[in-house]
Amino acid sequence: MNAPNKSGWKPEMTAAADGMHSGPRTVTGNRALMLEEPLIFELAGTDTTGVDLPEIEGGANRLGGMERTAPIGLPGLSEPETVRHYTRLSRQNYAIDLGLFPLGSCTMKHNPRLNEKVARMPGFADVHPLQPVSTVRGALEVINELAFWLIDLTGMHGVAMSPKAGAHGELCGILCIRAALEARGDPREVILVPESAHGTNPATAAFAGYRVENIPANADGRVDLEALKARLGPDVAAVMITNPNTCGLFERDMKAISDAVHAAGGFVYCDGANFNAIVGKVRPGDLGVDAMHINLHKTFSTPHGGGGPGSGPVVLSEALSPYGPLPFTARTADGVVHLVEEENAAEFDHTQAFGRMTAFHGQMGMFTRALAYILSHGADGLRQVAEDAVLNANYILRSVEDLLEAPFGKSGPCMHEALFSDAGFSEGLSTLDLAKSLVDEGYHPMTMYFPLVVHGAMLVEPTETESKAGLDQFIAALRSVAERARAGDASMKQAPYYAPRRRLDETLAARRPVLAWSDPDSA
Amino acid sequence: MRYLPLTDADRSAMLTKIGASSIDDLFVDVPQEARLSGPIEGLPLHASEMAVEAHMRRLSKKNLAAADAPFFLGAGAYRHHVPATVDHVIQRGEFLTAYTPYQPEIAQGTLQMLFEFQSQVARLYGCAVANASMYDGSTGCWEAVAMAARVTKRKRVVLSGALHPHYAEVVRTMAKFTDDEIADALPSLQGTPDNASLIARIDEETSCVVVQYPDILGRIPDLAVIAEAAHDKGALLIAVNTEPVALGAIKAPGELGADIVVGEGQAIGVGLQFGGPYLGLFAVRDPKHVRQMPGRLCGETVDAEGKRGFVLTLSTREQHIRREKATSNICTNSGLCALAFSVHMTLLGEEGLRRLASWNHALASKAADRLAQVPGVRVLNDSFFNEFTLVIDGDAREIVRKLADDGILAGVSLGRLYPAEDALKGGLLVAVTETTTEEDIETLASALQEALA
Repeated sequence: MNAPNKSGWKPEMTAAADGMHSGPRTVTGNRALMLEEPLIFELAGTDTTGVDLPEIEGGANRLGGMERTAPIGLPGLSEPETVRHYTRLSRQNYAIDLGLFPLGSCTMKHNPRLNEKVARMPGFADVHPLQPVSTVRGALEVINELAFWLIDLTGMHGVAMSPKAGAHGELCGILCIRAALEARGDPREVILVPESAHGTNPATAAFAGYRVENIPANADGRVDLEALKARLGPDVAAVMITNPNTCGLFERDMKAISDAVHAAGGFVYCDGANFNAIVGKVRPGDLGVDAMHINLHKTFSTPHGGGGPGSGPVVLSEALSPYGPLPFTARTADGVVHLVEEENAAEFDHTQAFGRMTAFHGQMGMFTRALAYILSHGADGLRQVAEDAVLNANYILRSVEDLLEAPFGKSGPCMHEALFSDAGFSEGLSTLDLAKSLVDEGYHPMTMYFPLVVHGAMLVEPTETESKAGLDQFIAALRSVAERARAGDASMKQAPYYAPRRRLDETLAARRPVLAWSDPDSA
Repeated sequence: MRYLPLTDADRSAMLTKIGASSIDDLFVDVPQEARLSGPIEGLPLHASEMAVEAHMRRLSKKNLAAADAPFFLGAGAYRHHVPATVDHVIQRGEFLTAYTPYQPEIAQGTLQMLFEFQSQVARLYGCAVANASMYDGSTGCWEAVAMAARVTKRKRVVLSGALHPHYAEVVRTMAKFTDDEIADALPSLQGTPDNASLIARIDEETSCVVVQYPDILGRIPDLAVIAEAAHDKGALLIAVNTEPVALGAIKAPGELGADIVVGEGQAIGVGLQFGGPYLGLFAVRDPKHVRQMPGRLCGETVDAEGKRGFVLTLSTREQHIRREKATSNICTNSGLCALAFSVHMTLLGEEGLRRLASWNHALASKAADRLAQVPGVRVLNDSFFNEFTLVIDGDAREIVRKLADDGILAGVSLGRLYPAEDALKGGLLVAVTETTTEEDIETLASALQEALA
């Protein structure tokens, strides 16, 4: 948790340790525990293996003349070499297990280990998606129980569980909207998206065949209701709103926005990435939302895994529920949970599904984890989650706003994340320099340059799983780097100094892409 | 509450610092009428670790785990032995609890792993470049179709009848919204894939031909013939593979001329997990198509001291930069499943993969021969790797259900995959891997014989 221990010990930063080359150079390139690690292709050849498998003598060949003749070029490492390779690599990563990970809109909260244990129970981990339903009743019950919670927590009517991640959920919601509009013979062309939205919103709308137009924001960082009303019309299929929005603010006019959109015949999509701020406190269904995806890997703590897997169930209003995709689960009065697919959809009065988003039933491994998390917190604990997440963010906001410009800080509290700009930085220093300097302080930086509506944006989301002592230490670090940025400390341009790598050349990577390993001998 | 470190004393000290009198002051922007006054009624309150574990275990026990039964299911998800090392590595907190590597200086572990993963997938598929993963094989298949439309500027998609029906359904679903025109077909119950009729459907308007390899019935089509026909008309060949272990025994799709190779990587390292999370693999044969690819790409570069390092690159294709002009809306992918795949593949190596593949093929051949002896059962396939189709005198789906009641997971009936098609209801897909024992095969043969008697 990155807090100083009670003895008051902290590492001394001596003058000698300050310069990276003050110590002797090592022949290995290692620096004690900072270990360099080659690629697997440089560690082993293709004739070694770490798995004991029999050599089949004179085996069958019914491969239809397609048997492989060319080598593949896959190196094989023994088990000890494999464990060491990946353990060494792992130590070059920052992670929520190591410290506060304040990426705004990403909700990097603690990942409970019970969830990992539960997901590995054989009845969940070792079950095939096409087993006869009589042999997977418990798995279907997990999906149904989680669906029940998600519907109740959001005050919505139904939920599509199969989307594989947040952006896939967005697509699912927008496709429901399109199906509903087409069903009433009123296809529309435009989706309105605020400039502050996640990039996935406009990408999703375009992928679903819509033209994207911006919704203007007002001076206090929220949707401009009057401008939105003026733009609404018979060509607008939907608006996509993030609430709380990516400036960390609750859209106060949400209900009025929904009413106006509905009056104009459109639908309201809510990006649920920031649901952590309001879970148990506010139900999107009460605000007129028609569809909202829920990132189980954000609000409901399933691990991000260095970039996935996620899971993006979409809760739907009564108007959109008939169009939700197959398959899904349904509990009948006798308590049995059924799998509803193409063949039995009519029995469950679900004949207007827009189709299928993925081969199987969704992210079961994430459902088990999320359900274990939800049951652990319960209705009372989830409410406390939102309150503590919002409290922690406001504590950071008010502890650094004298040094970091908070563009919307004057107008009131933030929700679960605090937004700052680079106003006040000395000429020549940027948000990037501050972020890389935070790396040297032992922290993952905040979200940088997002949302786009604020210059040099820094979006800080501490989450509820940080202690006060941990926050105080982070605040001290943030204040220090902010002061250096204001004072024009040019050394920040070269940060980080103490990470496994110094600043990496991203321009070179894009200009001359090297995207796979090639044997230098064959070049 | 065990996951919440703040004490009441902390909370009140923090509110004082903020200048708020209560937590409600922080929710002031939420209209009063929308604020809930207490925990949502009708939902349970918090529970101990022990209680939650017991509840989940009770639900888990209502399922028949693959390890507890003779098990023959495949059809896009395969059961293989996963070495213990794989699960150990993916539970390292530095991998498990990291984010997408946006700050490369402190994410070299994930980035180097992704570079190795991309290299392994590219080699396995016989391609130049693979991306850092998609959600799963079916969504990757649609992304490949969408990419082919961008490359060829055409909108007509030819699906092989022997493409996994769920993959075909995902493509059909998405195409409804993008105005791509889909030409599809049903599989015909023949021992050899009908390349001629597939090729006859390709024309000058065709953007791509989508062919599964091995196909849904387990047959192994000659992709080279189809690639040539597609290229003659200016179309791309998309090869779909749902069993990567097969590629230890059969030619790589890229080597046979496939332009985009996509697939499901679940069989290596990931496990069954009731269908997800899985691992979409996505690669292109020709590096000139890289800029039309969806998803994240990891590339090599150097740091300010000249040391080799890795970063996410070519992100001007992606949604967070290009917004509505992006090649895909994908953001989060299947990073940890890619790690599981990569660790398992590193343990196997080429030698291990080759041995694993030939063991699978040998056992499957043995099973096919044994099951063919059952009266009323014939093996359809002229070619297969580790999965083949039985044609049974009767309703295979009914038989699968009956055998499940006896604790035998007999395979995937074509009736489950194509419930509307009476002509296919005698079909039963049987998959055999290194986890199948000869005793399992004997059990299945006897049970089928009894069921058909």
